[in-house]
Amino acid sequence: MTRSSIGDVHPQHMAFDEPILLKSGETLSSYQLTFETYGSLNEEKTNAVLVCHALNASHHVAGTYNGDEKTRGWWDNLIGPGKPLDTNRFFVIGLNNLGGCHGSTGPSSVNPATTEPWGSTFPMVTVEDWVETQARLATKLGIETFAAVIGGSLGGMQALQWTIDQPTRIKNAVIVASAPKLSAQNIAFNEVARQAITLDPEFYSGDFYQQKTLPRSGLKIARMIGHITYLSDDSMDVKFGRSLREDVLKFNFDTEFQIESYLRYQGDKFAETFDANTYLRITKALDYFDPATKYSGKLSATLSHAQANYLVISFTSDWRFSPKRSREIVDALVANKLNVSYGEIDSPHGHDAFLMDEPVYHDLIGAYFDRVWKEHKDE
Amino acid sequence: MSSDNTIRRQDYQIITEMIEDGSTVLDLGCGDGSLLLHLKQTRNVSGYGVEKDDRNVLASLSNGINVVQSDLEQGLAGFGSVAFDYVVLSLTLQAVHQTEAIIDEMLRVGRQVIVTFPNFGFWRHRLQIFLGQAPVSKQLPYQWYDTPNVHVLTINDFENFCVSHNARILDRVVLSERGRPIDAFPNLMGALVIYRFDKG
Repeated sequence: MTRSSIGDVHPQHMAFDEPILLKSGETLSSYQLTFETYGSLNEEKTNAVLVCHALNASHHVAGTYNGDEKTRGWWDNLIGPGKPLDTNRFFVIGLNNLGGCHGSTGPSSVNPATTEPWGSTFPMVTVEDWVETQARLATKLGIETFAAVIGGSLGGMQALQWTIDQPTRIKNAVIVASAPKLSAQNIAFNEVARQAITLDPEFYSGDFYQQKTLPRSGLKIARMIGHITYLSDDSMDVKFGRSLREDVLKFNFDTEFQIESYLRYQGDKFAETFDANTYLRITKALDYFDPATKYSGKLSATLSHAQANYLVISFTSDWRFSPKRSREIVDALVANKLNVSYGEIDSPHGHDAFLMDEPVYHDLIGAYFDRVWKEHKDE
Repeated sequence: MSSDNTIRRQDYQIITEMIEDGSTVLDLGCGDGSLLLHLKQTRNVSGYGVEKDDRNVLASLSNGINVVQSDLEQGLAGFGSVAFDYVVLSLTLQAVHQTEAIIDEMLRVGRQVIVTFPNFGFWRHRLQIFLGQAPVSKQLPYQWYDTPNVHVLTINDFENFCVSHNARILDRVVLSERGRPIDAFPNLMGALVIYRFDKG
């Protein structure tokens, strides 16, 4: 794997004292957002690109901490000097969404009113709420309009929502491996994950912080289920097949197959680093996402006020958000005569392909950002 | 400039003449997007290309064209009915399998349809067949074993097809081997043909 080309980066924090009315009807009187920036904002403040994260990620999109290559950001292969999203040209912002657990205000933060962790009392957050808070962060940074908003999976949903809620503040949306809403099957997987967490005796209805414990087994199972949906049948077969950890079957319930060992390892790691309440809320934000609801389910009507240009990308082996789901977005954009290009990338890597360094995929993103750059210079 | 490019330029020119200023175009099998780019620059059209091949999708994107990666053999289901002023299929009709279905889809999605194809009835092709060889020419630059073409059709064949499928021919331009429009003995002297038609 190539080294990070950005080098060391540092998270920043921004405090917001203006209350925010959330879609759920609840209000947060103040909150903090944690973010990182790469590259420099030009004088006209027209070269900013916002990167929205998906279920498991954070503001740490690119670069490293303290020179440690193991701390590379989650989209480091795409973003950096000379990379498809080139930080020599663009001012790139990654942020941890409201309700997250990597520095922005969320269920594991202390509620100033009670001086206890929010826990079960932290409100539900939605994609619309995230777009609103992201827009407020942009305003504070002096950015009126984003050259682009980009995201994969749930991040792509935020990019799409940006073009609906903030049509004049976004020039381009790059929507990768996403969907205009979840299917029943998608919601079903999320519900199994949530049940695993909430039925864990260590969950304490969400107020486990005071008990000095974590719902580790619940989070672990949630992560294992999620992970299966990120990979394709073929990619799992290629990577693990039926290979065993030891040469012989043991006829017990230890980890015998490599895939079992892999999932358990991923689950354990995740359970120590991710907040259960955040996981619950983000899966709900996914379930609730359906911008077309306000327009009797018609996505084309939903996008009738959008002005952005779009790049939509899907991966052939992604069964979580299949190419068909991306085509729903594309077709609605075409129906509105909006500028859109669509790439359907032939990849064996399932949903996770959006995080990988696949040349055809990265070339498309690079070519698109070349266009964004040229358009931005022509203005 | 390869012969393939010369032919493309000839048919692009005729297509451009057929298309009204400011109209909307869906270009099926848009390649690197050069036809749409040309139409954008000379006719101020807006629209989309449909293309299957990764490299062509990338080239179209780089050319500033809206391109939707899709196999047109799968139909045009995502595109609305009468969503475009023109649906164009340039030098591809002879290479598609689901010909009837695709022409139906083009007539559904476009107000008008423009297709161009090499005329297998061209005298040079007839002569080669007569001499016992599969035709190879500027318009059909392939050997039998590497050709993408799956249908052998002539001007007469296509016009019979239009009659039996209720397509109304609005315009026809037949080009000679040298790319000049011709009127006399089109099915014998015509190397390349461009049709504009609608549902009738």
